[in-house]
Amino acid sequence: MSARSNTLLLGLAALIVAAPLILNPDAPFGGTDDAARDVVASANPDYKPWSQPLWQPPGKEMEGLLFALQAAAGAGLLGYVIGRRHGRSDK
Amino acid sequence: MHIMEGFLPAGHALAWTLVSAPFVVMGARRLTRIISERPEARLQLAAAAGFTFVLSALKLPSVTGSCSHPTGTGLGAVLFGPPTMAVLGTLVLLFQGLLLAHGGLTTLGANIFSMAIAGPWVAYGVWRLSSRLGLPVAAGVFLSAFLGDLATYGVTSAQLALAFPDAVGGFGGALLKFGGIFAVTQLPLAVAEGLVTVVVVNALGGRGLVHLHGAKA
Repeated sequence: MSARSNTLLLGLAALIVAAPLILNPDAPFGGTDDAARDVVASANPDYKPWSQPLWQPPGKEMEGLLFALQAAAGAGLLGYVIGRRHGRSDK
Repeated sequence: MHIMEGFLPAGHALAWTLVSAPFVVMGARRLTRIISERPEARLQLAAAAGFTFVLSALKLPSVTGSCSHPTGTGLGAVLFGPPTMAVLGTLVLLFQGLLLAHGGLTTLGANIFSMAIAGPWVAYGVWRLSSRLGLPVAAGVFLSAFLGDLATYGVTSAQLALAFPDAVGGFGGALLKFGGIFAVTQLPLAVAEGLVTVVVVNALGGRGLVHLHGAKA
């Protein structure tokens, strides 16, 4: 497939992800994992979580940092492999 | 799809851990065999690992007004078969469980089953089926990643429904409830994951360098 169809596919994916921000601008955009946890907690008030995370990032900023670190590590690895392959096949 | 630490009863947590463990052990064996037989595959393995690391770190907005993240496990399942993804997915979930308080250790088994086992196996099954039906590679890759992503969230919903059946509707009622939280939100994100997976397969294999697991020569 051509570079053009790749660009088209990526553009479409970006559009799908960006659309909710325009279609539904006032939504809170909370996480579904947290929503599921809250539903469990409210529907089963007797249930006591029996273990806690060993460590929690101190605050939203640190959590954001660690998520960014995870994405950066993954993107770096992926970019390295794709770049290397294309570099090699150019020779 | 992360069930939070402590949010599965101990019996369920233990059961999912026991169910998942053999898949991870088998996957680790498969992984070492791939590396020893085809050392050149290490780069592609790194790409599959990198892909699932990026995608599962991105919490994306969806039309429902909540956020969820793709899984990125379809790519590796198509490239190397599902057992390998059991290992790579476990690494991601350990990172998130230990450093991000996202998921956890007691729920690790259940989360491994949904993201690193069920999703990749569904993706792989769809891939085999679509190549048998003679679909174009891009269509097969898209469907694999799309349905694998949805399968992960379907399994999470079922796991929560099994543990916390609805007071009135029982398992079915709870499944609808949790499915309602996850499934609709996930639908557009799974489409996006499918599209991006196709692009990455193109980028990796655009010049005939990629070996798709089980693809016809």
